[in-house]
Amino acid sequence: MEYIYAFITGGVICVIGQLLMDATKLTAPRVLVILVVSGALLQAFQLYEPLVEFASTGARVPLPGFGYNLAKGAMEGASKGILDAVTGGVKAAAGGISVAIGWGYIIALIFNPKSVR
Amino acid sequence: MTADNKQKKKQVAKAYEKYTKQFTPKPKYFTNSLKAFLIGGLICAVSLWIENRFIAAGSDEKDAAVYVVIILVMTAQLLTGIGWFDTIGKYAGAGVIVPITGFANSMVAPAIEYKKEGIVLGVGAKLFSLAGPVLVSGITLSMIIGIVYWVIGK
Repeated sequence: MEYIYAFITGGVICVIGQLLMDATKLTAPRVLVILVVSGALLQAFQLYEPLVEFASTGARVPLPGFGYNLAKGAMEGASKGILDAVTGGVKAAAGGISVAIGWGYIIALIFNPKSVR
Repeated sequence: MTADNKQKKKQVAKAYEKYTKQFTPKPKYFTNSLKAFLIGGLICAVSLWIENRFIAAGSDEKDAAVYVVIILVMTAQLLTGIGWFDTIGKYAGAGVIVPITGFANSMVAPAIEYKKEGIVLGVGAKLFSLAGPVLVSGITLSMIIGIVYWVIGK
């Protein structure tokens, strides 16, 4: 059952992104920024956590989940002190960011541009 | 005379607008959304399956979630490198762009495209041409949220 919840929630978030791209003239990077910011803002008001508890990866894998992760890390850090409040967000998302940069750089060095098939 | 001319121009412009509208393809809201739903949902469900395998193998839930993100990012970037991501993206649209795979792709795609400009200002800088705005807005916001929570908590 948890797989169905993850499937439906993840799917619905993707549909929201698709509609944002189709119905408005927003470019893809703008849509990505909107999704990350909305995830972080929702978590700031503790509204995204229930969705994560319900859907697990369905709410964490789409980009609002990235914003959620950043916000959650900052909020948890805030209880420890001002330094952790500032660093907590990046710390929580560090795994994904590090790999995306390191592995991404290696991949970009290895492969050459190709035309879309 | 000039007013007359202006009106004529407006009429021509309107007629032209109508004319071009016949040829601009309308976005297929329903089919696009259905594809995004199915593929986006599938990515999330598969992620959960991978995460459960990690938990079953003995890693704690927090680590398992990070492993899943890392696997998704690496896969998406490798597919971008060999040129498959664009093909999949053409079909799936937001289904692969909205999950973290789209973020990973948005780093590698421009970096490869600007390879000719060198490995520092080409690959190094363009890695962030699309991902930069996402990181800047997300990290800035997380910092603000952290500080606000720290102030409230005092």
